[in-house]
Amino acid sequence: MLKIAWAVLFGLFVWAPAASSGADDFSQNEMQGLDEEVQEIKSDVLGIAAELSRLEERLLYPSNTQLAVFINLAEGEEFRLDAVQIKINGKLVAHYIYSFKELEALQKGGMQRIFTGNLPTGEHGLDVSYDGKLKNGEDFSRSESFAFTKGIEPKLLGITLAGSEFGTAGIQIGDW
Amino acid sequence: MSRATLWVIGVLLIALLAARPCYADDLKDLYFGEALYYAHQGYYFEALERLDAELGQHYGLDEPELDTLYYHINDAEFSVGDFELHYRMHHRAGRAIKAVLEGDVDEAVRNDAAYRLARIHFQKNQMADALRALERIEGKIPEPIRDDIDFLRANIYMATNRPADAIDILERVQNADDLKGFAAYNLGIALLREGRQHEALAQLDRAGQVRDDDRATLAIRDKSNLVLGTILLESGEYSQAKKFLDRVRLGGPFSNQALLSSGWADMSSENFARAIVPWSILAEREETDGAAQEAMLALPYAYARLNVHGRAALLYGRALDSFGSELQKLDASIKSIREGSFLKALIREEIRQDKDWVIRLRSLPDTPETYYLMELLASHVFQAGLQNYLDLADLRRKLVSWQASFDAFDDMVEIRRDHYEPLLPEIDTQFRELDSRMRLRLEQHKLLDRRLQGMLTAPRPEFLATREEQAILARIKHIENQLQDVNHPVEVALLQRVKRLKAALTWTLQTEYHERLTVFNEHLRELNDSVAVVNEKYERFVRVRQAATHSFEGYQTPISRLRTRVGEAVLNVDRLMARQGHLLEVVAIDELVARRRRLENYQDQARFALADSYDRATQAQARGALQ
Repeated sequence: MLKIAWAVLFGLFVWAPAASSGADDFSQNEMQGLDEEVQEIKSDVLGIAAELSRLEERLLYPSNTQLAVFINLAEGEEFRLDAVQIKINGKLVAHYIYSFKELEALQKGGMQRIFTGNLPTGEHGLDVSYDGKLKNGEDFSRSESFAFTKGIEPKLLGITLAGSEFGTAGIQIGDW
Repeated sequence: MSRATLWVIGVLLIALLAARPCYADDLKDLYFGEALYYAHQGYYFEALERLDAELGQHYGLDEPELDTLYYHINDAEFSVGDFELHYRMHHRAGRAIKAVLEGDVDEAVRNDAAYRLARIHFQKNQMADALRALERIEGKIPEPIRDDIDFLRANIYMATNRPADAIDILERVQNADDLKGFAAYNLGIALLREGRQHEALAQLDRAGQVRDDDRATLAIRDKSNLVLGTILLESGEYSQAKKFLDRVRLGGPFSNQALLSSGWADMSSENFARAIVPWSILAEREETDGAAQEAMLALPYAYARLNVHGRAALLYGRALDSFGSELQKLDASIKSIREGSFLKALIREEIRQDKDWVIRLRSLPDTPETYYLMELLASHVFQAGLQNYLDLADLRRKLVSWQASFDAFDDMVEIRRDHYEPLLPEIDTQFRELDSRMRLRLEQHKLLDRRLQGMLTAPRPEFLATREEQAILARIKHIENQLQDVNHPVEVALLQRVKRLKAALTWTLQTEYHERLTVFNEHLRELNDSVAVVNEKYERFVRVRQAATHSFEGYQTPISRLRTRVGEAVLNVDRLMARQGHLLEVVAIDELVARRRRLENYQDQARFALADSYDRATQAQARGALQ
């Protein structure tokens, strides 16, 4: 990775002929000026996104009823995760099919927020099932049910999936 | 962003510029994990949005050490800078690093930050600033970046036309593992620029033999051989040149140019038959490539020199066809770009979804505007501009989708208001009534509790008398009052009876005191449980009541402010996209027009050569017939 960065940044620039036309210089200066403005607008839009997220959260998922469910893979897992299905109190709330890029992001340690919703305080049921393919090419499908309590604060549930570890189910649930 | 936040971001930016994977076992903050999930997919805007929000929330806490992000705060801060760099927001990333340099941090950390800042300046072609940043490095330098710092310094010297200074450094770092090939190659170029031709060639020869499996190193090795071969070719040392040109891998990024030069080396040493080999390979390659186009002309020229005029004429004819069709494509491309189709094609969603979108653009039917995009991308200026244009298009898509959601938010708020507003006054009235009753009972409960606490230190049996006993006690007191100061024997006897009665009652109260106190305590505790249930229900009601109000109150201002901000941002993005797009079109058209000119020139040469070869072939045929 570092080498590629060097190739892009340093290694290759010195061989290019030094001469450049006035028009090229003009384009380069113009592009550079625009680049500064693009950076500014990116910053602005990020600010808007942050404010919008806060507003959305307040409006759609107030903290006393908020429930967020996250998915990640156990460390070192190399199985291919195809799809995950989440049910809360028997009702299907998420059914997600993974692209290669998303699977790769999960394998690198990323966490996907698969569901955000509202639940009243009290006891609730969570059913998790997922399909995939093991490294040896074998298709598999697993599911398990859990119970959890929703208090007055936002509830965050992290579901860790594994291909072969954690016994037969391969699903672990963590409370954050 | 506050100065403090920038400082912290900077502190951690220095750690490394690639996010270390976090796994469930050690990941404590789910939202940080979510930011990584987006970053690992290359969605840096989303990653920054999540992480900025999480960091903002973290720093807003009274006790951030109780927050789950606390465990990852270093990684998170560093990741923000990393994401900003990936999202090409050098200013923000640079500001964060500068904050580190000004902060009270460890020497190694400060040096690392200075290096990163220098790198950003170098990328932005600000060489003086890059050097200034490097000059701040002093004392302890982290081992992993020691060679990188030297290499960067050398490259800055090269870019500022100080090859002699660069040579001193590059000689030291040329064997560093991470710089394998690159430092060796740059040293060769520096020697060349310094006028030390002989040493330069020997150095490029060394760089051209570097052994490694890494793609980037292999590419720089090819480049070393190509440069060396080209220099020797230009110096008239054809056989030597050929030796190095033939070292370039056939599948590498420099193979077309190497094949072309290899052919010319053979031609220059009048080895016409050998020139046919590289040029034949090259002439069959991608016809938009400049070297391949030149080979189409060079190959028949080699045949002509071998007096195979028939074959030469045939190949000139083929070259003419190819140039003709290329010219048509170029015209169509230029026309299409002028009509505005180029920019539309660049932001096609299905293309953006695919990693190899640039290559796929060529195969799209009826899109001449993107046919030469690969070639245009070879220019750094175009590449940077295109990336900005795509980022702007992405921002625009986001802003437009947000604009649409504001109306939905308004509707949602209004529906909630319509639902709750008529209900709330009646609920509030009932609640106030219940509230006053509850407060009264709670006060009574408090009084009893205080009384119990008092009795634990100073026993008061009369407090635990039953209602009947209390009535008797009151009656006795009343009779006692009436019999005060009496002397009559009957009344005295009566008083004696009252005293006996009182004593009997007091006896009962005193002897049963502890038992009664225990019962009282138990009842009070039971009451405590009930009070807790009532309090919990009360608080729940208050929360629900508040939530009902919060579900429709206080949204108008933020929604309206955001609507205005988004509207202004869309206008700004549109303005920038128009400027950036126009610039891309100008650069693209300039490049295509230059290609067109070159092809026309080739076409003229091919026409003349075709006629010449045809004549010679006809003459040879006639001579053969005569004989």
